[in-house]
Amino acid sequence: MSSSQNLVKELTCVRCPLGCKVRIEYTEELEVIDVAGNKCPRGREYAIQEISDPHRILVTSVKVKNGKYPLASIKTTEAIPLRLFDEAMRIIEKLEIEAPVKMGDIIIENFLDTGANLIVTRSIERL
Amino acid sequence: MKYNTDVVVIGGGAAGMAAAYSARENGANVILLERDEDTGGVLNQCIHNGFGLQYFKKDLTGPEFKEFAKERLKDIDILFGTYVLEIRKDKTIIFVDKRGIHEIQTKALVMATGARERHLNSLPVPGKRITGIFTAGLAQRFINLENLKPGSKAVILGSGDIGLIMARRLTLEGIKVEAVLEIMPYPGGLERNVQQCLKDFGIPLYLSHTVIAVEGDRRLQKVIAAEVDYKWDPIPGTEKEFEVDTLITSVGLIPQIKPADFLEADPGFIVSNTNQTSEDWIFAAGNCTVIFDLVDYVAKEGEKAGKYAALYAKGEYTQSKKVKVRKGENIGILHPVYIDPTQESTLYIRVSKVFDRASIKVEPLGVEVIENDARPPEMVVIKLKPFDENIDEIEVIADELISKLG
Ligand code: SF4
Repeated sequence: MSSSQNLVKELTCVRCPLGCKVRIEYTEELEVIDVAGNKCPRGREYAIQEISDPHRILVTSVKVKNGKYPLASIKTTEAIPLRLFDEAMRIIEKLEIEAPVKMGDIIIENFLDTGANLIVTRSIERL
Repeated sequence: MKYNTDVVVIGGGAAGMAAAYSARENGANVILLERDEDTGGVLNQCIHNGFGLQYFKKDLTGPEFKEFAKERLKDIDILFGTYVLEIRKDKTIIFVDKRGIHEIQTKALVMATGARERHLNSLPVPGKRITGIFTAGLAQRFINLENLKPGSKAVILGSGDIGLIMARRLTLEGIKVEAVLEIMPYPGGLERNVQQCLKDFGIPLYLSHTVIAVEGDRRLQKVIAAEVDYKWDPIPGTEKEFEVDTLITSVGLIPQIKPADFLEADPGFIVSNTNQTSEDWIFAAGNCTVIFDLVDYVAKEGEKAGKYAALYAKGEYTQSKKVKVRKGENIGILHPVYIDPTQESTLYIRVSKVFDRASIKVEPLGVEVIENDARPPEMVVIKLKPFDENIDEIEVIADELISKLG
C-alpha cells in the first residue's frame, strides 16, 4: 500500500520514555495511509498529530516572591501546540507568584485557550 | 550526639528516598542523611517531564517525582544539612552538621550518593581556562533554581540526555544554541530527547564532532570544533568556528563513592543483585553504582537496596553464594557484577555498538531478549528468576539478529 506520491515521516514517539520509532505514511492532504512501529495506540495518535500540528508539554519555571527559593518549576497539564511556545514563554517571563505554593496549584487556567492549565510542580515554602 | 538505628541511608535523591522508604516498610528503623536542605537531589533541577512512568505510573517532572517519593517518608528521620566524614568498619557513621560532629551506630548502610559531572578540565582541550564554560548540570541549576542566565549564545558539547535537555531549556530562555556536538557517530541520549529537544527547535546536531579549542580573553568568545575520525582524532580541514560566549559540557557522569572508597568499585560500587557491596553490611544503589538512564530504574534499585539492608539488619538476609556475571561479546556495561542465585535479579545492559535487531542472551540460563534498534545509550533490562546454585558464572552476549526474510 505505498505509492510514490505519499509522504513518509520517521518519528520518535515522545509520549513515554520507550521512544518507539513510528513510521507514518500520509498524503499531502494529510490523509493517513499507514502507521507502523508504535507499541501502543498513543503512538498512532501522536504520529497523526505530529504531521499536522505537533503538541508538547511546556516545562519551565516562574519567579516566586517571598519564597525559600527564587523560582518554582511549572508545566502545562496537557501538551500544547509547539507553535505557541514563544508566546507562552513571553507571558511566563512577566509572571511572579507569591509563596507559599504547592505542587499542583493552578497559575493560569485554560492557558492560551489550549484547554491546558499552567500548574506548579514544586512546592515552595514562604520564607 | 550519638544515634542508634537499624539502617542508615546516605543521600536523599531518588535512590536514597526509595531505599529509606522500603527499609522502613520492611520493619527497620531508618536515618536518612542528606547534605542539602531538601530531598530530591538532582530531581529538583530536572524540571522536565518524563519521569516516573514505570515507578509511579504517572508522567511527572523531576520535582513532582521528588514530592511523590518524599510523601512516603513521613515517619523517617531525615537529617538535613549533614555531611558524612567517615564510615567505619565497626558500623559507625561519623557526620557533621551545624550543631557539630555526631556518630550513628547502625546495623546496615545504604550508599545512595549519586554521581557528579565530569568536567571539561578533564578533557584535553587547549585554551585558557576562561569563564563561560559550564557543566550542563551547573547551567541547569543556574537557570532552573537560581534564576541566573549563563550567557547569550551557546554551543553544547555532548548529546547525552542532560545536554539535549539543556539545549531546549536554553532555547526557551532566549539563549541561542548554535550547535550540539557529539564525538560518537550516534546521539548519546534517548531518541525522544533528540526529537523533542533538538528537532523541535531546529538545533543542529553534529555527530562525530568535538571541541578542539576555545578562545577568549576572560570571557569565552569562540569555540572551534572539528570532525573526528574513528580514533577520535580531529580531521584537518573540517574545523568550524562558533562565536559564542557559553560552552556547556555534558561529557558524562562519574559515580560518587566517597567516603566509602574502601569498597570494591569500578568506577561505581560493585554490587550484587541484592545491592550488597564488598562489605556485607553495606548496600548501594543508583548512580553511585552505575549510571542509569531512567530515574525509575534508580528508584527501583533504591527500593531493593533498602529492602535487603533492612533484612540484613534483622538477621534475615546474609548472602549464600556469589555468581559472577560476565560481559560477553558486544556488551559495554553490565550491572550488577554478582548475583545471589537464591534471589531474583534485574540485569541492566548497555550494548557496545548500534544494532538493527539485537539478540541478547544470558547463558547458560537460556534467556533471550530481542531488542530492535539497540544502541549504547539505551539500557536493556532483563529480569532473571532465582537459578541453580551450582552455576558458577553467567555470561551476557549480544549479537545481530539476521532476519531470514531479509
Ligand atoms: S507508541 Fe506507546 S509505547 Fe511507544 S513510545 Fe509512544 S506511548 Fe510509548
